[in-house]
Amino acid sequence: MKYLHNIGTYFIMIKDMFRRPTKWSVLKTLILKDIEDLIIGSLGIVSFIAFFVGGVVAIQTSLNIDNPLIPKYLVGFATRQSIILEFAPTFISIIMAGKVGSFITSSIGTMRVTEQIDALEVMGINAINYLVFPKFIALTLYPFVISIAMFLGILGGLAACVYGGYGSLEDYIEGVQTDFIVFHMIYAFIKTLVFAFILATIPSFYGYFMKGGALEVGKASTTSFVWTSVVIILINFLLTSLLLG
Amino acid sequence: MIEVKDLHKSFGETKILKGISTAFKKGKTNLIIGQSGSGKTVFLKCLLGLFDYEGGSISYEGKIFKNLTRDEKTSLRSEIGMVFQGSALFDSMTIAENIMFPLRMFTKQSKSEMEDRVDLVLKRVNLDSAHHKMPSEASGGMQKRVAIARAIVNNPKYLFCDEPNSGLDPKTAIVIDNLIQEITDEYQITTVINSHDMNSVMEIGEKIVFLKDGLKAWEGTKETIFRTDNEAVTNFVYSSELFKKVRKMYLNENQ
Repeated sequence: MKYLHNIGTYFIMIKDMFRRPTKWSVLKTLILKDIEDLIIGSLGIVSFIAFFVGGVVAIQTSLNIDNPLIPKYLVGFATRQSIILEFAPTFISIIMAGKVGSFITSSIGTMRVTEQIDALEVMGINAINYLVFPKFIALTLYPFVISIAMFLGILGGLAACVYGGYGSLEDYIEGVQTDFIVFHMIYAFIKTLVFAFILATIPSFYGYFMKGGALEVGKASTTSFVWTSVVIILINFLLTSLLLG
Repeated sequence: MIEVKDLHKSFGETKILKGISTAFKKGKTNLIIGQSGSGKTVFLKCLLGLFDYEGGSISYEGKIFKNLTRDEKTSLRSEIGMVFQGSALFDSMTIAENIMFPLRMFTKQSKSEMEDRVDLVLKRVNLDSAHHKMPSEASGGMQKRVAIARAIVNNPKYLFCDEPNSGLDPKTAIVIDNLIQEITDEYQITTVINSHDMNSVMEIGEKIVFLKDGLKAWEGTKETIFRTDNEAVTNFVYSSELFKKVRKMYLNENQ
């Protein structure tokens, strides 16, 4: 019953997010601030993780290929496919659920605890639009983060492969270029946009509707991370079945 | 004027407000007092429209709040200033930006006009040079004064304060009380204050509503509260030896 109530409240929140919009002059500032916090602020950790995981994927693939009949360029091919199809859109999103999601839940939750949301409502401001909508708009730039993750992941694979002595530069590049299907990129970016919406709204929901004090802000952040990750994994399965199945 | 008639509010099976009727007049400081759990905060949040209620009515200048359209409610809310118990200043904004916020949201003033208005209200609350400080850098008393400045910046008709003295030392509490009283007189605002502080009751209670178990147990002024023989009020207000002595002295002097 509680889950159904939460799902209903979540969809009402989504509807309210688009109603009674905040003045553009104020909204513009909020969007720019959220772009800085959620997008620019995530570039460092996303780049770091993507580069090194790309490297690990390349090394693992290389180490697991000992059959001489399998072409050497498979390392580059497998790394590209893993990074573009799953690692960059899905696993970076789960990492972002921890980083960005916790930030959103705790910042909105703290506003709830310290009555800042009540202050907005008393002033007659649609607090959901004021708080959640700019995050949603800022996260429409999320595909840009994922593009960087894709590029750096493949680059990390190249660096690990070539400098680790697991294969040649030519083989790796040939693998990266082999059987490139443009729809795989479209599929990855469709997923990314859906995940961006989830990343903006589920953590906001847990922050906005939390009750209690500082301890509950921490609990709400954890719950938000768990549910954002669960929904991302489920939607990933659903979208993959629909688009690639 | 704010008029409340037979207000009922429950949370599930628990009845919090059991039929409160009262009125708050323009240009007066109205205090709502009562023990913790008596329904003060719920009553205030019903007045502000933050809580829906099951029975009764709340009207602002004769217009019943529940019957207003969404736009009318938004318009009314822009005429309300609120000072929260914890000040509720926006952490991410400087003090000047906090005060400017209602102007940015509800007016079409130019930046320089807004800055002038912020200067004026900051002077009014004796915080001339705090513009660029963040709320976290301000003391509790300063934060309360900033909250008052933010509440009055848009020339509200109504000012609500939820325990404005909580967490303040007695001297700062008196400063805040006097400031609220002066602003109420100066701008002819209808001020409603939720308070536990007996000093406030004695200093600025032009009208006092005493709540007990969700009901209005007594209504009067700072003068009549000394003479009342309502047991619930005397047990609450004169619970300390100091206030018992003050009351005794007052009654002796005025016999």
